[in-house]
Formats: sequence, C-alpha cells, structure tokens
Amino acid sequence: MTRTLFRGFPVLVLWATASTAVATEPLGFDGARHLLNRTSFAANVDDVAAFARLTREQAADRLLAWTAKPRVTPPPAWADEPYESPRRIRTLSDKERMRFRREQVRKGIELRGWWLQEMLTTPSPLSEKMTLFWHNHFVSSQQKVRSPRLMYRQNLLLRTHALGNFGAFLHAIARDPAMVIYLDNASNRKARPNENFARELMELFTLGEGRYTEQDVKEAARAFTGWSIDPATGEFMFRPMQHDEGVKTVLGRSGNFNGGAVLDVLLDRPETAEFIVAKLWREFVSPNPDPVEVKRIAQRFRDSRYDIAVALRAVLVSDAFYARAHRASLVKSPVDLVVGTLRQFRFTTGEPLPFVFTTGQLGQNLFAPPNVKGWPGGEAWINSTTLLARKQFLDRLFRVEELQPGMMAMRGGGGLPRGINRAGDDGRERFVRAMSELRFDGSKWLAQFNGGDAAALQRLILASAPVNALPEGVQGMDAIRHLTRDAAFQLK
Amino acid sequence: MNRRDFLHAIGASTAVITLSPGVAFAVGADYGKLLVLVELKGGNDGLNTVVPYANGEYYNLRPRLAVARDQVLQLDADTGLHPSLQALMPLWEARELAVIQGVGYPGANLSHFRSIEIWDTASKSNEYLKDGWLTRAFAGTPTPRTYAADGVVVGGAEMGPFAGRGARAITLSNTEQFLRQAKLAAPAGQSRNAALAHILRVENDIARAAVDLNADYAFRTEFPRSAFGNAIRTASQVVASKAGVAAVKVSLNGFDTHGNQQTVHARLLRDFGEGITALKSALVELGRWDSTLVVTYAEFGRRPRENQSGGTDHGTSSALFALGGAVRGGLYGLPPQLKLLDGNGNLPFAVDFRDLYATVLERWWGVPSAPVLNARFTPVDLLRS
Repeated sequence: MTRTLFRGFPVLVLWATASTAVATEPLGFDGARHLLNRTSFAANVDDVAAFARLTREQAADRLLAWTAKPRVTPPPAWADEPYESPRRIRTLSDKERMRFRREQVRKGIELRGWWLQEMLTTPSPLSEKMTLFWHNHFVSSQQKVRSPRLMYRQNLLLRTHALGNFGAFLHAIARDPAMVIYLDNASNRKARPNENFARELMELFTLGEGRYTEQDVKEAARAFTGWSIDPATGEFMFRPMQHDEGVKTVLGRSGNFNGGAVLDVLLDRPETAEFIVAKLWREFVSPNPDPVEVKRIAQRFRDSRYDIAVALRAVLVSDAFYARAHRASLVKSPVDLVVGTLRQFRFTTGEPLPFVFTTGQLGQNLFAPPNVKGWPGGEAWINSTTLLARKQFLDRLFRVEELQPGMMAMRGGGGLPRGINRAGDDGRERFVRAMSELRFDGSKWLAQFNGGDAAALQRLILASAPVNALPEGVQGMDAIRHLTRDAAFQLK
Repeated sequence: MNRRDFLHAIGASTAVITLSPGVAFAVGADYGKLLVLVELKGGNDGLNTVVPYANGEYYNLRPRLAVARDQVLQLDADTGLHPSLQALMPLWEARELAVIQGVGYPGANLSHFRSIEIWDTASKSNEYLKDGWLTRAFAGTPTPRTYAADGVVVGGAEMGPFAGRGARAITLSNTEQFLRQAKLAAPAGQSRNAALAHILRVENDIARAAVDLNADYAFRTEFPRSAFGNAIRTASQVVASKAGVAAVKVSLNGFDTHGNQQTVHARLLRDFGEGITALKSALVELGRWDSTLVVTYAEFGRRPRENQSGGTDHGTSSALFALGGAVRGGLYGLPPQLKLLDGNGNLPFAVDFRDLYATVLERWWGVPSAPVLNARFTPVDLLRS
C-alpha cells in the first residue's frame, strides 16, 4: 500500500510542475517559444523575449490583434484579368492553346510564390497559418480548377474568413467558383445529381465521416443542384432550371431545401463544431485531441455562434496547449520548416521561386493539396523521400555562403529543380538569381546569444532535447549545423 | 529451378512455427517471390475497364459512357477490355493475365479515404486498424535479414499497406537521387516521443536500404515517358538491386472521374497498359517475371449509372487484374450483377478483397494469412502450382 503510494508520488509531482504555469503567470522563455513556434512558423529571440513577459491570455490576444494587420505582398500582376473561360479556350488553335496552358502553369507557380512571399514577410504569421489551415480544410486544387485567378480569389476568401464566422464562411465557400468547379457542383443537375460536393461537405467540411448516411448524401446533393458557375465570367450562378424543387430529407429534417438550407442544417449539428475544434487541436496542440476538452471548446464555439477567433483563443490559452506532454509532439509541415527556418534565422531572400520548388519537393505544393482531404500531416509528412529532401534543404541552407560561387554554374542545368522551365522562359535565370541573393549573416545572428552561447541557441531552435547532444565546445555555425541536422529540429 | 531461384530459396526465411490452440503449421516463407502492387487512385471504373459488352443493362445505364460493342477487346463472349488496354492483350493471350470481377467487401464505404484505409489495413468496414496488412505480414513473418527493405513505395507520400510499425519500408521516386541524398542520413537512436521515434525509424530504414540498393542496372527495356512509366522504371531499378525486397508499390493517379470520364479514363488506361508492358519486359530481362506477381487495386469501383457530367460517382465493387509469369490467366469472380444493384444504385460484390490478400500471403509467399487478416479467407486459385 505504502509502496504504491510512493510509486505514484513522482507522477503527482510532475503534474504539479506542469500546471504551475497557470494562466495568470508570465509565459517565460520556453512557453513563449512554444507558442510562437506553433502559431508563427518559428520564433526569433526578440519576439520570444517580448512574449515571455505576457500571460497566456495576453499572448493569445496580442497574436489575434496582429491578424488585423494588412497584407504586405502586392497581388500577382494578372489578379484582375478576366476569367479564363473554357469556352473561349476551346476556340483557340492548337498552338495558342499550348501557349495558354503554359501560361496557366507559369501563373500557378507565381501564385505559390506570392503566398510564400507573404508568409516570409508578414507581420502577422498567424494570419497565414490560419489561411493555410483553411486551405487544408476547404480544399481546392489548381490541378483541377485550372484557373490561377479563381485560386487566388479563393485564397482571398479564405483569409477574409480565416478568423471570422464559420457559418458565413461555409456559406461563402459553397458558392466559391473554384470550389464549385473542384467538387463538380458546376455540373450537378437535377435529373442525375453529382454527389461529389454533398459528400465531401458532410465528410470533410462539417460533420466528419460516419455521422451521416448515404441517403443524406443523395438528398443533400439534390439541394445543391443548379449551384453552378457562369462559364463566361467564372462567377457563381444559380441555374433554376437545373435545381430540384422537391422535398429533401437531410439528417432527419425535411423541406424543399436549397443548398443554403442544407448548410444551416449542418451548422445546427453539434458534431460540426466538434469536428472543427478537433482539427484545430491537431494543428496547434497534439496529434490526439482530448474528447472532453474538444467538447468544452466546441460548446464555446457554438455559444459564440461560430466565431473562429473564440475557438482558436480557447485552444491557445488551454492547459493542454502548454502541457509538457504536448511540447515537441507535432511534426513541422514543409511550409513550417522552410518559412520558419528562413524567418527564424533572418535570411535575406530574393524572389521566393526556389522555395516554391522546395515546399513541393517536401510534399506541400500550395494550391495543390493531394486530394480533397488535404495534406494528412503529422507523421505522414515524414517518409524516406521527404526526410531526405528536408535534410538536403537544411544542409544547403547553412552552407549557402560556400555554395554561392557555384550557383552561377547552375544556369547550365545541374542542380536546378525538375520542372523549373514551367516557371517561364526566364525561370532558370530567376532561380539562379534568387539563390545568389539568399544570405545568412551568421555572425550577426549569433551575436544575439552572447557571442554564440550554444545552450541558448539550442533552447531557441529546438522544441525538445536533441537526439545527438551538442558535443562539448561546438559553437557558432558548427552548432547551428549540428542542431538543424538533428531529428528534433523537425518537431515543433 | 535455375540458379537464381535456388539462391532466393536458400536466402528465404524458413520454418516459422505458429501455434494456435489446436492448430500448428510450419511455414517456409518464400520472399524470393516479389509482389508488385499497382494502386489505381481515385476509384477505377471497373465496368468500363472490364466491359460486360453482351449485357443490355450496361448500355441502358450508360447511354453516353458505355464502350461500344465493336470497340471492346473481347476476352470471351460476354466480357472484354477497354480499347485503351490493347497493351494487355499479349498477356491475356499468353494466359498470364487474371481478370477478377466483382471484388469488394461487405458494407462498402463510399469515401475515398475511409475505403482505401479499409483496403490498406484489410479491416472490416466498421473496424479501424492502424497498421497496413503487409506491415502485419512482415511483422509476423519477417523477411530475410539480408533484404534492403520489406517494401518500397515508388512515388507518392502515403505508406498505404506498409503503414504503421513493424515493417521496414521506404519511399523513393528515383533510385539515384535516393542514394545520393541518403548520405545525409545516419542510423540514430530511439525516442519515447512518438513523432521523434517515427522520424528516427525512417532515418534508420533509409540508412539501411542505402547500403544495399543500387541504381546502375542498364535496362534494354524502353520505359514510357509518362509519370507512370517513370514509376515503373524506378520500381524495376529497385528490383534489379542485388539485395532483395519483398514488395513494391506503384500508383497511377486520377481515376476519380466524376466528369469528362471518356477522355481521362482512356488516357489513364493507356498509361497503365503501356507501363505494365514495360514492367514485364524489364522483369523478363532480370529473369524475375516468373517470380513476380502484379496485382492492381483501387478504393472502389464506380456507380453503374453514369451521372450528368459525363462521369460516374463513387461505387462499390470493381474488377482487378493479377498478372505475371506464375499467374493462371483467365476470368475469375463474377460478371457485374447489373440487375441486382443496391438502394444506392451500386453493385454487390462476389470476391472479398481479403480473399486476394490471402492468395498473396498463403499461395505466393507461404505466409499464414489468418493471423494477418484476423479471419479465414479463401485464396483465389489464380496461380500455377
């Protein structure tokens, strides 16, 4: 009996330590680093120092307040050009059509660069993290939509609603032209409805798999018949002649539903708020949502009538978010790794073209998730191909000064990524130039750590102890290379 | 038995004894036999791949999409292949192509993600398993220690049937690049942090495979220039390595043909057929054709009735292919029962996909299938004995 008590004792102590970091105390260095690592790609010393003085609530409020800051990257040059109507494209000659397609691909790459540039320079990284979160929720892909302009417009919609009202967001995305094309609602007609949108709406956007029946899918698909786009302008268009005016029964409710009414039925279900909160949890807290906590936060989310900022704030101030057990429990996404590393080490960058290719090689091609479920994330980010590509990226990044002289030789083709020609006729030229403009001022950066204190460096850049401890006496650039090569650097 | 087969036989692990109450079986697992899985991602339309061209109901259900009778590559008086599969006809004539119709499972799930998970983990439709079916097979009956890896996934990021713990599996898109980059990987320790443990496991598997794989076999075979052709080239390069692997997975994307199916599906099937032809040619060069079994699969087939977008929605059972020098060519399973559609307009199944897995495990490798599949399934008799 006594023995059992004693065996339990250290566990209790651990718990106590974990929960002494209560909401009213300042975060301290590690707490601030953890928060910024999860919400802001990665943290630099100054930001960590500033946030270390804040309480959980103050820190979350500051991050949320920053999301009001405007974007800093100008839109792509072609953002306001008219829609690339498939009807018009069909009238082109073969040669013109080839050229048009090449142009579309080039613009698609430019669009990825546009977003990465914003991520690299934004004063509100959380805005970009949340926009990316929704891109991975309300998935559409350029591979199918084939209109960089509509994909750009969808991105604007995602960022408009990223911390707004989920209900309004859901209604808006259902009418978003890229989404209407991506999930085939453009050709959902009453005689034989196309179920693609209705199914993914329930499975991936609101309720989650298994919380509806096949009959619900069929009935909902009928409600969305006629929700289409105008092929000339690319704008949303309702086609009354294609709409099924009959009575539909979805999740036990019946009526002459249109699409909007079905969305309201879905928003009325508690499963929807729980599904979204569990996804926020997996993004920000840990791979395994705690069902009790998810229910609690989902209730607040519903009480706020779906204010996304309320749900996110509740996640970011929770005990679970700061729990020791959840530190270093998430794998950095390719965007986290690339953008985070460049930001954290204050790299000087040229145009973002090289990073468009890097993130793609690492398995996260922006505007082109693998399928409607998005990137699975977590451990799935790491397989032998992507782990090696991550290591190679980091290895080159911290040897950039010595690699630079060889860069110009790359113009010939060696070392350029496959598909670089798709970035345009000057793609190679621009890639090489961008690489030659990449700079890391190691001595200046290391000066933040009192002349390169390796322990302080480790505490900033690693979320957990390294697998291979830093050998005695290793400092400066060697310490950076050692620590960024460690498997622990892949975690956040 | 030629020299190569003999070497494989003595290299294979032997005499794994499994005792369950009242039953004892001794197994000499033969991982000298290679399995190549080809995933047709998105849900291949079985009906337009293996066409029931004598069935009037097929033409009623598909006024726009049906393959015309005079276009079909006839296999017998009722069944034929899509015209884009011309490249498979020499295999059919050589009796090396098995066509299995009506493959599915009870309680079919129509979600891409859930259904492929069911296939990859060989679970029941209401059961959630973490490990892939091949992971369970290799964990229970390991491959020889000399093998470079248990499984190699060519292209793609998902481990599929190799997911989970207990198998040594790597992904790669290009063998040369893999070997070049692998110098950055070093065997490292272990960790109690689950995410870190995963990364370290991957790193260990890379370091291990890099020692044994090579990329310098010069094939006379010409590989198609398609993405699938590239995947087949890489898969062939992996098989050419001296150190063995037991299973290789390649995939072909784009089968989710909700709209404009005719053009897209024809192109996909042509790429598939040409890739398979190149694979056979490469395996014949390596002397591995008779010791390789190629099996296709997809998460589901498609709805028999076409939709109004010139496409088809998610369905249930579908037709699969098994091919190789050891395959007994012919038709297996049951032709599509188009008069027996369920309430959602979908087909019943005739062959459980786990019957095919049992075929691979028991008849191909000599690995007991019941512990892997958590039940008894009946192997399909499609291999020459």
